[in-house]
Amino acid sequence: MQKNYFLGKLSGLLILSAVLVLLGTLLGSIGASWNMPGSDQTVLFDIRLPRSLGAYLAGALLGLAGGIAQSLFRNPLADPYLLGSASGALLGVGSILCFAYLGNSWLDIIGLNGGAFLGALIGVLASLLLAGGYRSSLRLLLSGVVISVILGAANSLFTFIRPDLFQSIQSFMLGNTTLLSWSGVAVMAIALVICLLITLIISPVLDALSLGENTARTLGLPLDQLRLVLIGILALATGCAVAQTGLVAFVGLAAPHLVRKLSGGRQRVQILFSCLGGGILLLSSDLIARTLFAPIEIPVGVVTAVLGGLYLLALLRRTSFGAHS
Amino acid sequence: MKTRQLTVYRGPCAILSDLNLDIPQNKWTSVIGPNGAGKSSLLQAMAGLLKWSGSITVDEINLTSFARKDLAKKIAWLDQGSSNQEEFDDSLSVYDTVMLGRIPHQGWLHLPSKPDHIMVEQALQQTDAWHLRQRPFLQLSGGERQRVLLARLIAVDSEILLLDEPLANLDPPHQADFLKWQGNLLTQGKTLVTVLHEIHFALRADFVVMLKDGKLHFQGPSQDPRTHQALVALFDGRVRLEKLGNDWIALPN
Repeated sequence: MQKNYFLGKLSGLLILSAVLVLLGTLLGSIGASWNMPGSDQTVLFDIRLPRSLGAYLAGALLGLAGGIAQSLFRNPLADPYLLGSASGALLGVGSILCFAYLGNSWLDIIGLNGGAFLGALIGVLASLLLAGGYRSSLRLLLSGVVISVILGAANSLFTFIRPDLFQSIQSFMLGNTTLLSWSGVAVMAIALVICLLITLIISPVLDALSLGENTARTLGLPLDQLRLVLIGILALATGCAVAQTGLVAFVGLAAPHLVRKLSGGRQRVQILFSCLGGGILLLSSDLIARTLFAPIEIPVGVVTAVLGGLYLLALLRRTSFGAHS
Repeated sequence: MKTRQLTVYRGPCAILSDLNLDIPQNKWTSVIGPNGAGKSSLLQAMAGLLKWSGSITVDEINLTSFARKDLAKKIAWLDQGSSNQEEFDDSLSVYDTVMLGRIPHQGWLHLPSKPDHIMVEQALQQTDAWHLRQRPFLQLSGGERQRVLLARLIAVDSEILLLDEPLANLDPPHQADFLKWQGNLLTQGKTLVTVLHEIHFALRADFVVMLKDGKLHFQGPSQDPRTHQALVALFDGRVRLEKLGNDWIALPN
């Protein structure tokens, strides 16, 4: 009985995703049209399709990371940018922009995407180092906050020295789906498949954590190692998404909450649905961002914040969620 | 289960030192003592949660020589009135919560097998929680939760069950039922170790271990008069024991 419900919900979310990708491909500044003349095929397949798929994948990665973060830290306010990954990515982009005039070939090879990815990983590593390991969730969270502040300060210094970079950095901060390419889509697709598979396999550890850390240990789970793997996936998924689309706000925080009612508590389902929910949220925000004031686009991060925030607020008011305290 | 020169550490400090305990197999042993005597620490050390030195042996096999998963199948541990995090609205259902107890028996994909389902149903029936199975765990009352957690413990199907204050939050009828459940488990050949503050329940056990200030105060069969003398001394003579029917009860002096 439960299984059928699960399959129904899953296919519902998948169909919604497919419809959104289709819409994303058809809608554009030229207007929706079914019979494209030959030259517009390029627009369709080289600009709109990768953009739609990319936005969906980035959202899915952020949703996955958010789902992991919330379950791992047992905290509904946790999000993928928590462990210093966001400020790290921002600093990576900032420093690459800042030093680009040096003409160093290394900077060219790394590029902005690589810079954001490396920055995110370095941010998480720094948080881990500062926390002296990954065994204490609270210490890890706190050191993530500290690292965010320090890296954020360094980033402010960059924009202070080079005010001309402010606009580029700001656009990265708001999130940006216009520059997605097929190569970016491929990278994110591979990352998503790997991260999702590993997470789904080891997700029972997240279930067991609901009984408390000690009880999970007595169930024979190698908790420390699995926690490290999950933090690694969190960093990888966030890094990949952020590198391609910038710091899209709120998707990682909202997506797990949006699907929580559907998932019925099991982490394996919750993580999978968070993933789909994140994709749906980011892609539909992208659709709104580019059609609302067409032909002018507003940054997608603004729409995710408004859309996700409103929906979450409605959810909060409708359910007893958060009424315990 | 035997311990020799057992010293248990919590962080850098030794909580318990130099314990030589002989916990009889297939019997119910109660650990009692004043607050902070190290009762919970003893159980946590046995469950492999705290660092310890000395030796803990089960059937003459040292605990350290067990693989993690085998140890989980051998010894199950119930947390003391666990501080439940209520931050999530939707939690696992009761059934899935009890299924977590089957994790040591499952393969790397953790897919429940037929015996897993049977074990979970039996455990839930045994603790009178089968009718709750569809409910989200966090929406239950304290006593209901405790019964579900007991079912989770039973579902592990381990030889040794360590229970830290299992009676917390249980109403009087279910406290009485608890004694029945204990009896069932003993007939299934299990060894039970409980930390109890309710002296009259603790004295229903077969064997009593008394801890005080991180040291062993006394260990002996529960019906032995010497055990009763030691118990009064354990609480500095602030309680007295009275016989009521077949049972002993502790009353404040």
